[in-house]
Amino acid sequence: MSAANKSIFSRLDAPTVLLYAALVAIGLTAVFSVEYRVTDPSIFMMSKSHMKQFTWFGISLFVGLLIIFTDSKFFSSFAYLSYTIGLFLLVITIFAGVDVKGSHSWLGVGSVRFQPGEVCKIFTSLAISKFLSSPETNFQTLRHRLIGVAIALTPAVLIILQKETGLALVYFCFFLVMYREGLPNTILIIGFSMIALTLATLLIDRWVLFGILTGLAIIVGYLIRRELRRNVLARVLLIGVWGFCMLFSQVLVPFSFKHVLQKHQVERIYTTLGQKMPEAYEKEGAKDSNKKGNVSDYNVLQSKIAIGSGGFWGKGFLNGTSTKNEFVPEQNTDFIFCAVGEQFGFAGSAVLIGIYVSLMLRLVYLAERQRSAFSRVYGYCVASILFFHFAINISMTIGLAPVIGITLPLLSYGGSSLLSFSILIFIMLRLDADRSVMIR
Amino acid sequence: MSNAANPRQIAIRLIFISMAAIMLLRLLFLQVFEDKYKIMANDIAIFRKVVYPPRGAILDRKGRPLLYNERVYDLMVTPNSVPKTLDTGLLCSTLGIDKATFQKLITRARVRSGSMRKGVFIEELSPEQSARVQENMYNFPGFEVSERFIRTYPNPYAALMLGYIGEVSPEMLKKEQYASYTQGDYTGMNGLERSYEDVLRGQRGVHFLERDNFNRPRDPYKGGSLDTPEIAGKNLELYLDEDLQAYAEKLMQNKLGSVVAIDPQTGGILTMVSAPSYDPNLLKGTERARNYSKLYRDATHPLLNRATQATYQPGSTMKPMTGLIALDVGAITPSFGYPCRGGYYACGKKITCLHSEAGHAANFRIALAHSCNSYFVHIFRLAVDAAKFGGVKKGVQKWHEYCSNFGFGRRTGVDIPFEGKGLLPDSNTYNRMYHGSWNSCTMLYVGMGQGEIALTPIQMANAMCIIANKGYYYSPHFVRAIGNNPKDPHLQPYLEKHVVSHIPDTTFNVIHAGMQDVVEHGTAMVAKLDGIEVCAKTGTVENKAAINGQAIKMQNHSVFVAFAPRQHPRIAIAVVVENAGFGATWAGSIASLLMEKYLTDSVRASRRPLEEKMYNANLISKYTYAIDSGQRARDAARRQRLMEQRATRDSLQRAEDSVQAATFLRKYYLNKNNKR
Repeated sequence: MSAANKSIFSRLDAPTVLLYAALVAIGLTAVFSVEYRVTDPSIFMMSKSHMKQFTWFGISLFVGLLIIFTDSKFFSSFAYLSYTIGLFLLVITIFAGVDVKGSHSWLGVGSVRFQPGEVCKIFTSLAISKFLSSPETNFQTLRHRLIGVAIALTPAVLIILQKETGLALVYFCFFLVMYREGLPNTILIIGFSMIALTLATLLIDRWVLFGILTGLAIIVGYLIRRELRRNVLARVLLIGVWGFCMLFSQVLVPFSFKHVLQKHQVERIYTTLGQKMPEAYEKEGAKDSNKKGNVSDYNVLQSKIAIGSGGFWGKGFLNGTSTKNEFVPEQNTDFIFCAVGEQFGFAGSAVLIGIYVSLMLRLVYLAERQRSAFSRVYGYCVASILFFHFAINISMTIGLAPVIGITLPLLSYGGSSLLSFSILIFIMLRLDADRSVMIR
Repeated sequence: MSNAANPRQIAIRLIFISMAAIMLLRLLFLQVFEDKYKIMANDIAIFRKVVYPPRGAILDRKGRPLLYNERVYDLMVTPNSVPKTLDTGLLCSTLGIDKATFQKLITRARVRSGSMRKGVFIEELSPEQSARVQENMYNFPGFEVSERFIRTYPNPYAALMLGYIGEVSPEMLKKEQYASYTQGDYTGMNGLERSYEDVLRGQRGVHFLERDNFNRPRDPYKGGSLDTPEIAGKNLELYLDEDLQAYAEKLMQNKLGSVVAIDPQTGGILTMVSAPSYDPNLLKGTERARNYSKLYRDATHPLLNRATQATYQPGSTMKPMTGLIALDVGAITPSFGYPCRGGYYACGKKITCLHSEAGHAANFRIALAHSCNSYFVHIFRLAVDAAKFGGVKKGVQKWHEYCSNFGFGRRTGVDIPFEGKGLLPDSNTYNRMYHGSWNSCTMLYVGMGQGEIALTPIQMANAMCIIANKGYYYSPHFVRAIGNNPKDPHLQPYLEKHVVSHIPDTTFNVIHAGMQDVVEHGTAMVAKLDGIEVCAKTGTVENKAAINGQAIKMQNHSVFVAFAPRQHPRIAIAVVVENAGFGATWAGSIASLLMEKYLTDSVRASRRPLEEKMYNANLISKYTYAIDSGQRARDAARRQRLMEQRATRDSLQRAEDSVQAATFLRKYYLNKNNKR
């Protein structure tokens, strides 16, 4: 093949590389702008985050090079092994993890700390790609579908045990991949209905909702009464759906809010919806029950102030009064989008969102042009992970989603995150370079 | 394999794009359509720092500071910025404190201003402490030396004239003139500090700083482009001579009274004393709370500026004026004599004269030198009764006009606040007093400076300037230049030459000759100076005071006015010593010593005993306390009476109201019942 004869670098997909570089550059600029002070003697201070981030970028490039020079078949053969190692690390973390800001999801090796949950996304992607592309797999059978779901959600469960719910949520992105690979349409419908039901449960009073749902069931039953008379399944389905809705809204949500989720998580969910947390969910004997104000309220308000004050064109580089002066908590990690929103305004934010969407669409495009199913599924995995991070992170900074501690891909300060996203993208670039090769 | 017809890849792309669209829509509202967040961002992140410029200093005529800003250093600490590795031992030994004190101070700072913000660690470091700490500052991260200024009087002189500053009160803030002040600002409360507040204060600067989440100021906002710079207050240079002031205050110690010395050429005040005085440092800064009420309650009223606020009958010092008016209206000529035999009987009652020998009032000059009461009472009557005015009422009006031109009965316009007006009668005064039936006999005491006339010492000194200058004066004032500029707009009123009348110089020469004779061989020989022609007039003023409900005749006030030299006068002076006795003895001696000190820079050795006598004399009347407590008791009784009257009025009003209300209600219900 002629393509294979060319240098490996010229076979890398240029638009993806450019979009990747653009995001890293924006990230470095944003992290720099947040910490810069006019009194700083030099912009190259190693103690500052942007220089640390730059170092991590160097490491990422080095690892990227290693990936480029690796045989593309390696990833497919390595997939299950890496997934096993990943799960092993996650289990170890549960017992030997280091506490960082209330989560138990970090492993410390000497002075270096990393988050297995972050790295495990790569391994899970590889494993799912391997499983879905395997000729033995028939994704139309329920058994194989369940196996797929299990591969995706096992790490999520382990991560929830580490009290890092936000990161666990990201693993739900693999449903998007599986949907592309043949999970039935009803999955999407059920998914959206579930979201609607959850919102309704949170926003509408319990007994009113009971009335509404029952009323809906009766109306639907009246409309399809002929079908009901003829078809047993329809009857079972209608009653089943009604029963599930009842169970979910009347029992499951209150129970999980009361006994499964942490108080701050419940609080965040209600904050996002603009509601006060019902007193019923106050944990008994919670030690911070007399704490004034609502922390997540404050974070989101400060974040909205920072972004909102940017206006159309922004306040200009290094003129962000809110971000520069540390009003926004976690502003160079989870809330780095504030720095862009404040300094570069709506215009800058729109450009950034444009770059993200371009990268995701490009990855889908790359995925669709692969000859091998492994590469295609993997491409979708990368795009979906990016999408989940991007969607949840930016939504939480602008008050559309509850505060969930996950990073903005390639922008947020933090070595683990930058390195794992770089690896994800570089593996895709490597696979794409050999797109005409059949990988099993 | 990819399948172009696969709708799911399209669906996934659509999910990506629609999520982005939702975000952009949200951002559009957040960033472009809403103003709320921009306002909130400015509110939380911009810190308006008001920078106070140093207040202007006040210097004497030789540039010596009378009032300036003293730099003091405070050691500040930001508790959370102090590293655990701090060499506490070194800091303690540098400051000379022990570790327990260190812990106590740092806890105090933490409690007062929080852990994240700068707070005071030690206030007002001693000079050695601040030098040692600043040398070792690099060893103490988290600590900082900050400087601050306090208003200081290097010497305890001229307290009432310099004044003091204090925090503006809420009542003051309501007034328009304090519009540019905010609570916590300081402003001049009295004296020059008050009159020249505008120039001393300078212009405050406003700096906009960004602040962080702990309210700590950080970088300048927009690079400082919105800032206004602070402008330092200007210095005041006075005519006042610190040495002369110190000497005058020493001479006036343990006396009640005042000294005003003016340079007649400029109107500049060389010395102003109000005795008793106090150390102005007692009223500076936090000291004031402790000392003010003590001074306020003091029976000798040290807070009353006797030089500009107290009024005295001028006594015989009025006689040059009486003579001047009589000569100018043509009632007499300089050779006019009066056969005084120790008293004046023309108005049916005897007015005693201290002299009874023949010829002691043979002409104007001799009469002035001997201060003959009969002579001056007579020529006063001649002047107000002068035929050309047509009646005593018009004559008194003319006399009033003369006196008013000389500054009696109105404020001289001196540049310190709360000046008194004195008392100068006119025809209306007597019409009111005597229901229109009066003549020159009724008011003849005014001619010799007793009766219904009262002057402030500064008015007496100012009148001396006019006589010395032969008819003109500049309003008396302290300030010679503001920030090296003698033509500052604030000084405009004092640059204007006031010509009071068109009395010919020859008339003034007659007065001068008489006043010189007073010193050469008249009543004020004590004031004679070698080689300098001094013109003066003594006054011994009868006065009464209310003690235990009785009007008791007190020891006479000793009053003295003078100027010197006769040609090209350089100093005009008025001295009043309350209840001291004969004019020449006390006021005359003090004025003379001061003139000598000013004109020759030193006092002759031969006058040391006189100096000592003045220093040591304690002339504060033993009745002062009784008079004061009586006065205060009367004031309190009056206040009480007013309050009672008001209470009675109020309760009457209320009673009336309730009667009216009852009447109204009765009518109302009657009507209602009738309708039924």
